Amino acid sequence: MTLYCPMPQMDFDVITMGHGSGGLLTHRLLQSGVFDLFKNDHLDQQHDGAIFNLSGPVAFSTDSYVISPIFFRGGNIGELAVNGSVNDLAMCGAIPKFLSLAFILEEGLRMEEFWEILVSIKTASEVAGVQIVTGDTKVVEKGKGDKIFINTSGIGVIHPQANISFNRVKPGDKIIVSGNIATHGVAILSQRKGLEFETSMESDTAPLNGIVKNLLDTIGTDVHFMRDPTRGGVATVMNEMTGQCKLGIDLTQKDIPTLEEVDGACEMLGLDPLYVANEGIFISVIKATRADEALQTLRQHPLGRNAAIIGEVTAQHAGQVVLTSKIGGRRVVNYLTGEQLPRIC
Amino acid sequence: MKYLSEYRDRDLVQQYLRQIHVVTTHPWTVMEICGGQTHSLVKNGILEMLPKQITMVHGPGCPVCVTPLGIIDEAIELALRQNVILCSFGDMLRVPGSSKSLLEAKAMGGDVRIVYSPLQAVKLAQDNPDKEVVFFAVGFETTAPANALSVVHAQKMGVSNYSILASHVLVPPAMEAILSDPESKIDAFLAAGHVCTIMGLYEYFPIAEKYRVPIVVTGFEPVDLLQGILMAVTQLERGEAKVENQYARVVQREGNKLAQETIHQVFDVSDRAWRGIGSIPASGYEVNEVYKHYNARTKFQLAMKDVPENSTCISGAIMKGLKKPFQCSNFGTKCKPEHPLGAPMVSSEGACAAYYAYANESNVSLQET
Repeated sequence: MTLYCPMPQMDFDVITMGHGSGGLLTHRLLQSGVFDLFKNDHLDQQHDGAIFNLSGPVAFSTDSYVISPIFFRGGNIGELAVNGSVNDLAMCGAIPKFLSLAFILEEGLRMEEFWEILVSIKTASEVAGVQIVTGDTKVVEKGKGDKIFINTSGIGVIHPQANISFNRVKPGDKIIVSGNIATHGVAILSQRKGLEFETSMESDTAPLNGIVKNLLDTIGTDVHFMRDPTRGGVATVMNEMTGQCKLGIDLTQKDIPTLEEVDGACEMLGLDPLYVANEGIFISVIKATRADEALQTLRQHPLGRNAAIIGEVTAQHAGQVVLTSKIGGRRVVNYLTGEQLPRIC
Repeated sequence: MKYLSEYRDRDLVQQYLRQIHVVTTHPWTVMEICGGQTHSLVKNGILEMLPKQITMVHGPGCPVCVTPLGIIDEAIELALRQNVILCSFGDMLRVPGSSKSLLEAKAMGGDVRIVYSPLQAVKLAQDNPDKEVVFFAVGFETTAPANALSVVHAQKMGVSNYSILASHVLVPPAMEAILSDPESKIDAFLAAGHVCTIMGLYEYFPIAEKYRVPIVVTGFEPVDLLQGILMAVTQLERGEAKVENQYARVVQREGNKLAQETIHQVFDVSDRAWRGIGSIPASGYEVNEVYKHYNARTKFQLAMKDVPENSTCISGAIMKGLKKPFQCSNFGTKCKPEHPLGAPMVSSEGACAAYYAYANESNVSLQET
C-alpha cells in the first residue's frame, strides 16, 4: 500500500550521525519527517510523552522489527511495524488506539528510503485507525545496525465482549485460521539475497483489528483464544497453547490452507509451512457450537476469505499437537529447535 | 501441486498399504538408506501404518549426520580466520563440532554465509578478490557433481581465491559395511533415489548378489516409499534378491554420465571416517592432485584431528539398524536437537532427530511437554 506524499527538502541524501545528535539536524528531521507527517493533537504537544484518557480495561503491547530486506513485495518494515503492534493488541481482544514509534537508524540509510517507510507508517496507521502519539529516533554508526530497526508499542481498549485467555480453551473447541498460512515468510525468503526465486508472491501483512472486531461483535465470549502466528508459525502457537492449557490439539493437514506457490517454495527449500512466519492471519479458538458461524463471519471479511477450521482441542495427548497427515498418518508437531535452515539435498 | 500431489494421494497410499498387508507373511527388516526417506516416513506417519511384521530401520544417509567432528572443527577453524569467508549449506551450521558450531563461530565474528549452490560461493570469491572463499562441500554422490563443477568453473574463470573443504561420502561402501557387521539384521534396502539419479544402478548389482539382499531404488514421497517397501517385501517373500528401480521417473540405469564424469574430473575416491560408524575404506571423495589448489586442506594446510565421540552415544548401532532411537537412554533427555550427543540427532534428517520431532503420541513420555 503506498500513498503519494512528496518528500520534503532534506539537508542530506542519507542519514548521518548528526541526525541523531539531538541538535538542529535532529530537529529538522523530526519536524518534517515526523511531526508534520503524523500530525495529531497528542503529537502536536511535542512533549516527552503522550497524555490521554482511556476508560475500562486496556491492553498494552510492544514489538521490535529488524526485517531484511526492509522493502519487500507487499510491504515494508514500516507497515509491518504498525500492523505488528496493532495485531498484537487485537489478539488480546483490544481495539487498538495509540502507538509509540521508535527508530534506530544506521548511518548511511538513504533519506528517500526513510521517507518511503515513514509514509507507509502513516498510511498503515490510518488504515488501522490508530494514532502515533510518541516516539524516538537514534542513529548508530555504519555497520552497527542494518539500515533501520523499528520498535512500536501500542495501547488498546478491550472490546466489551472479549474474554481472551489460555484458561478459557476447552476440549472440543475448534481451531480456525483466518487465511492462507506461510505466505509472508515465503515472500520474504524469495527476496533474500542469494535466494531470489521468481514468484509474484506478496507479503500478506495487514491490520487484523477490523476482522477481529467483526468476530468479537458476532461470537463475543465464545471466542476463547486468539494469537497471530508470526515468528515460529502455526506450529509454535499450537505448542504454546498445549503447553499453557495442558490440553492436546489435533490438526488436519488437508484442511490447512496454503497457496500452491508457497507449497512449491517450501518443497524446494525443505521448509515446513507450519513453521514459516505469518503476518496478515490469526488463529482463533472457538466454542464448538459457534465454530461454523465464526467461520462464516471471518469469510465475509476481505482478510478472511480463505479462513478454515484446521483442528480441534482435545483432552487426549495433553501437552501435544498431533497432525493427521494428508495420507492419513498421524505424527507429533513439535517446537522447532532454532531457525529452519535449508537442507543440503 | 502437479507431480507431487499424485505421490501423496490418500487413496493410492491406502491401496499400497493393503497390498503390503496382503503380501507380508514373515517378519522383515528393511533399511531405508537416505535421511530424506526417513524424514518422509516419520513426517507422514507411515511407520505406524505398516504391518507389524515390517520393521523399518533408518540408514546412515544423512550427510550432515555422518560428517565427523574433526571436519566440522576444520570448517570452524577456517571460518574464524580473518581473511576467510566460509560458505555452507544451511543445515551444517547448527551441527556442533568438538567445542562449537559454525553458527557460534558466526556469532563470534567469523564470516559464515549460507549459500544455496556452490556456484554462488564462486561468485562470492569473484566479488571479494581480497578474501579467500571456502565452500564446505558436504554430501553424498548427489551433491558431488555440483561441488566438482564449482571447482572446474572457478578454474575456467581464473578465480584462485576459491577452494572447497570436501566431506563427501559414498553409499555403496556404507551398505557393505553395514551388511558385513555380524549383528546386521537387514533383509532388504530401499536405496536412495537421488544418489542413484547421479550414479545409476550398476554399483548395487554386486551387493545384491554377494549378500543376497533385495535393493529397491526408491523415491521420497509416501507413494514412492510404500511402492518401494511393497517391491522389497515381495522379493523377500519370493526369496529373490534383485536390484529394482521404483524411482524410474527420475533414475536411469546408467545414471547421469555427465555428472559422473565431472565428479571423476575433480575427485579421487578416498578412505573416509563416518561419524558414528568409523572409518570405511574407499567411502569418500577428496579433491584430486590436478585441482589441489582448490582443496582447502592443502591451501590452508589443515590437519584433520581425530576427535572422539561421546562414549554413551549409540549412534553407530542406530545407523546400522541394530537399535531404535527410543532404545537409547539419552534420547530426549541428555540428547536433544539443541544438544545432540551424536550423529543422528544433529540434522532434522537424522533418525533420532526425526523421531524427536515427529514421534507419535504413543511415545508421549519421551517427548518434551
